[in-house]
Amino acid sequence: MKNLNTSLKSIRSAVALLALCLAGWQHARAQGELRFCLRTEPKTFDPLKVDDDASATIRYLTGGVLVRVNRQTQQLEPELALSWKVSKDGKQISFRLRSGVVFSDGTPFSAEDVAYTMQKLMDPALHSPTGDAFRSGTGNVETRVVSPTQITITFPAQVAGLDRLFDQVAILSEHSPKKEMAVLGPFVMAEYKAGASVLLKRNPNYWKTDAQGHRLPYLESIRLDIQPNRDVEMLRFKRGELDLINTLDSEFFDKLAATSPQWVHDAGPSLDSEQIWFNQVAKSPIPSFKKTWFRSQVFRNAISGAINRDDLTRVVYHSHAQPAIGPFSPANKFWFNASLQPQPYSPESALKALQPEGFHLENGTLKDKDGNEVVFSIATNAGNKARERMAALIQDDLQKIGVHVNVVTLDFPSLIERMTQTFDYEAILLGLTNVDLDPDGEMNVWLSSAENHQWNPQQKTPETPWEAQIDQLMRAQASASDARRRKEAFDRVQEIVVEQKPFIFLINKNALSAVSPAVHGAAPVILWPQTFWNAEWLSK
Amino acid sequence: MSVWQKLAYAVLAVVVAASIAAPLVAPRGYAKQDREQIDSAPSRTHWLGTDDLGRDRLARVLYGTRISLLLAPAAALLSTLLAALIGGFAGYLGGAWSRIAMAITDLFLSLPWLFLLIAARAMLPLNVSPLISVLVTFLLLGILGWTAAARVLCASAASLRGSDFVRQARAAGIPPYRVFCMQVAPNLNPVLLAQFWISIPVFILSEANLGILGLGVAEPLPSWGSLLKELEGLVSVGAEPWKFVPLILLVIVVTSFQFVLSRQGELAA
Repeated sequence: MKNLNTSLKSIRSAVALLALCLAGWQHARAQGELRFCLRTEPKTFDPLKVDDDASATIRYLTGGVLVRVNRQTQQLEPELALSWKVSKDGKQISFRLRSGVVFSDGTPFSAEDVAYTMQKLMDPALHSPTGDAFRSGTGNVETRVVSPTQITITFPAQVAGLDRLFDQVAILSEHSPKKEMAVLGPFVMAEYKAGASVLLKRNPNYWKTDAQGHRLPYLESIRLDIQPNRDVEMLRFKRGELDLINTLDSEFFDKLAATSPQWVHDAGPSLDSEQIWFNQVAKSPIPSFKKTWFRSQVFRNAISGAINRDDLTRVVYHSHAQPAIGPFSPANKFWFNASLQPQPYSPESALKALQPEGFHLENGTLKDKDGNEVVFSIATNAGNKARERMAALIQDDLQKIGVHVNVVTLDFPSLIERMTQTFDYEAILLGLTNVDLDPDGEMNVWLSSAENHQWNPQQKTPETPWEAQIDQLMRAQASASDARRRKEAFDRVQEIVVEQKPFIFLINKNALSAVSPAVHGAAPVILWPQTFWNAEWLSK
Repeated sequence: MSVWQKLAYAVLAVVVAASIAAPLVAPRGYAKQDREQIDSAPSRTHWLGTDDLGRDRLARVLYGTRISLLLAPAAALLSTLLAALIGGFAGYLGGAWSRIAMAITDLFLSLPWLFLLIAARAMLPLNVSPLISVLVTFLLLGILGWTAAARVLCASAASLRGSDFVRQARAAGIPPYRVFCMQVAPNLNPVLLAQFWISIPVFILSEANLGILGLGVAEPLPSWGSLLKELEGLVSVGAEPWKFVPLILLVIVVTSFQFVLSRQGELAA
């Protein structure tokens, strides 16, 4: 019996010691400071006005949202809302909220705060980019607070992918004297030195806890240094002054991988794409015979087939990219049309396809049926090494089918002016940074009336039957509330784009990042913010 | 002529000869891409390795030298002639003409030339061949680079205007344009020559600056500017010293021009 008592005492002592150790470990975890760089100065700290990466980073780390897209699974998950329901007509959403949650300054959180946030967000005078995503029709947004934990929000017209849009809406406090500085996210703003750094401290009132009941986040603080120079960022990371780099160039990735392979992460193809498009604007000041080429599906398809995408990924991106198939990357698990196949590289097939259109080779130069030499320029922005290299490779590839390409690098404002104002260009090579999984985020690209319908923007009525079909399908997917029907419509859009090739998609870049081994819990993903999407679970 | 000056002439002669002999020294050409050998180290087939598109770096350096050394003097000649025309006449005529010309020169000098070049380049047609693009780049440099030389020439011509031989010629009833051509211009020659030699390295460096910004000579033509872009990735350069060759060549050529210039100064004196 004595032995048993002694054993029990020993076990109790051991458990107490273990508990002390665990508490000490937890304390130690909460001491860590995560350090990384913002590449620009944040334009705003108001979460409703966010329109740039730096401000979005701060909003992501400090803002509490009702629902959150899990960056790993790409599924929508509850946060401040325990559950939610979208009405069949897609105009209304009802949330059931968590109780007992307080803002960082101790002010209680309730449905009134959600109503207040939505009213502010949808105020036209605020010009909120986040609010613009909810605007689908004229009229006011109505909020009805059913109880402190229940709220219904009604929009004047259907909003496609309504629930996912709340991933971007950081809830503000109606009653806190600190207003937008009172937050529901894992970190709070502690210090801002203009041009130098932003310091975020742990939110002591953050509602989330881990499985053991310890309040998150584990980190004590996050220091964001404002550093636009990527070389300096890389050097500081190598010196151990930074803990992570959210997006890395393939060149830097390989350099770092050569010395510290355990620090770098290639999460596979991202949502970003690089593409070429030809100018199809009727009023553009380019020769009419070139407009005829550029408006020909056969010509665009042949050019696409004569580009060696495998070489683009291997030579330019050192294999940290994938040949692009269509408008959506395979990384977009739900929306990518898996039936689409990559276009094989075949200069011979390209030449053969051009022959029925009257194109023919003459002394190694491709000529059209009227004897005009096939020569065009590809413009891209100066200073982007990857694009300059891709353009040089494409120039060499197209030379094999007798097409002469002049590569022009322009400063970015001049390029944008030619692209959107004067339409004085022939082909442009640029990229599309896609942060939204839902095709609704690309309505401004695919609708023929849209400003970003780059190959022929702001058409009064669709100028081609296939553009009319895309318009109709995009509107159909936007107005359907059933995900399956939306997917069917957007699958067809992807098929048309791949057939018609208004954009010749070249590659999808891989999501490359670097994380110091000192950071625990990091699991880089392809969606922004790649490395710190689970910031509350990270520790040092 | 000092030893250094002789050496400078010799270096320039060797560089010019090597660039002329580029097709013999590097028969692969500057545009041929070997995509299986990208960014490779020096080897027997590629003495300076290959660039990030698998192109022979030696060939690109030699052809780039040819372009820079051929067109920088051409741009220098153009800018010196413009400077002589504007600055020389303004200085000789004096009075309001001189003030107006120098006001225009000051205006041009106060403009940030780099942005001016970028803006001018952006306004040009896009669909031009690489050869035309290189000619246009140096033409722009020549057209925009006359200002500093014009001030010097204006001052020189103004000092000649009051000289005894010019006064005598005018008193003899010789028309002003003949006085300028026969009396003033020949005396401006040493200054003109000095300005010409000064401008060459300036234009070489200007093209290099534009090239680094990706706004100079178009692909696949090489120039010293586009070759220097490789040095942007400083993290790796320490391990790849052969990438410094264009920079070393640029420094050697510009330094040689300075020695040649000092010789020209001595001759002018």
